[in-house]
Amino acid sequence: MSSEFVRPDGRLPDQLRPIKMAVGVLDRADGSAYVEQGNTKVIVAVYGPRELHPRHKASPEAAVVRCRYHMAPFSTRERKSPNPSRREVELSKVIKDALSQTIFLERFPRTSIDVFIEVLEADGGTRCASINACSLALANAGIPIRDLISAVAVGKYNGHIILDLNDEEDEAAEADMPVAIMPSFNKVVLLQLNGVLTEEEFKQAFDLAVKGCMEINRIQRETLRSRYLSIKGEENEDV
Amino acid sequence: MKTFRVVSQLVRSRIISMLKEGSRIDDRGLLDYRPIDVKCGLISRANGSAQVSIGSTKVLAGVKVGIGEPFSDVPDQGVLAVNAELVPLASPAFEPGPPDETAIELARIIDRTLRETKTIDLKSLCIEPGRRVFVIFLDIYVLDHDGNFIDASALASILALLNTRIRKFSIDEGELRYEEEYVPLPVLHTPVTITLAKPDDGPFIVDPNLEEELSLDNRVCISVDELGRICAIQKLDGSLSVDEVFEVVSIACKTAPKLIEIVRRESGLDAGS
Repeated sequence: MSSEFVRPDGRLPDQLRPIKMAVGVLDRADGSAYVEQGNTKVIVAVYGPRELHPRHKASPEAAVVRCRYHMAPFSTRERKSPNPSRREVELSKVIKDALSQTIFLERFPRTSIDVFIEVLEADGGTRCASINACSLALANAGIPIRDLISAVAVGKYNGHIILDLNDEEDEAAEADMPVAIMPSFNKVVLLQLNGVLTEEEFKQAFDLAVKGCMEINRIQRETLRSRYLSIKGEENEDV
Repeated sequence: MKTFRVVSQLVRSRIISMLKEGSRIDDRGLLDYRPIDVKCGLISRANGSAQVSIGSTKVLAGVKVGIGEPFSDVPDQGVLAVNAELVPLASPAFEPGPPDETAIELARIIDRTLRETKTIDLKSLCIEPGRRVFVIFLDIYVLDHDGNFIDASALASILALLNTRIRKFSIDEGELRYEEEYVPLPVLHTPVTITLAKPDDGPFIVDPNLEEELSLDNRVCISVDELGRICAIQKLDGSLSVDEVFEVVSIACKTAPKLIEIVRRESGLDAGS
């Protein structure tokens, strides 16, 4: 990787976009979170564990995670039909599979945990921003989780391996690889590759993704810590 | 009774304990496929077709070629449309109705594999830029599900595309002219997909059969082409450690040439050389 390579938005190859995170942004939901990565904006609500209808879909052994990843019609350059596309169905599934790895599902048999993701603005990396927001929303809902999942995409753009692709880079990229990990367990819970890489490039890209996830995990922890420290602070003032 | 939705704890623990000792329930090596059987061109009404069996898993892929509008972002290219159906005759676990998330995931894995390698030369399938192009409909039918329908679908798909014949055409001042002769679709690469599975504490295997698929918590598939390029990855069930990610990629790169050889042999690509 050449260190002089500067990306269209001025970032270095291994640089994340500016990140904003907030939890408890919605009043009705059991847990919620808002995440911005560059221009990508995602809001997530979690409901549950709650009774699952229809009942035959419930499991006597564990909670069932249901997940809907959805893009707002105004989130993309051309208006996106609000009907779920095949892409959205697939992403809902892979995000659900990732979240199922971190939640202690066996503690809530016969229930569902419903995760609703709305992409408000899409500028690349929406599934990763969604997963980052889902982790925070699950924590905010008080649902017991093994770890805060962190996700970021890496890719190959103009021959360079780069971190956290925006839409402009994604469209021109030779490869795009979203990765989500549970950092405390060193476990990869989402891994997709869309594009062409050699084995060597893959290794380089994957290592970069893990580094990016670690940085995002630090910001997620910081976000939760400041939220709950501030609540504790307010309570103390009341006393 | 045949397995379909669940395996008994007994079978599950047997499969896992055997794997830890390095052997498999059906006596295969850890990195061996079941016997692969290929039949090309079964469906004469289709432009191309292939049926692939891996053990008793059976997948039929058919190609139909039509004319349609190009995508607005690539107005000078033909269109590839991949669809997969898990038809209810393949397993008591499959139900009639529009493709569910598993079928959509399958179609999109195959789609990515073919699209990212530029396996079909879509530029040569343009009739009138921005208005009319050839559309390649690739439909995947899973007919019998005994595990690992992804790899079988990938093999059936590339073989069906290699089997596809279209009327030779020329474009004369935007007018489409067909000739009598049929020509092969411009297929430039031969990517294949390798599915690996593993228990939480045990080795990786390739080509899990249904009992293994249901017993092993972690599963991932990787597509590799004849140049050794990795062209699609999808983590399916469970999770992998960071080191295991490198291991699966390395196993897939080593296994791919065997599958590619089958593709080349069955499609007659090797006949001339």
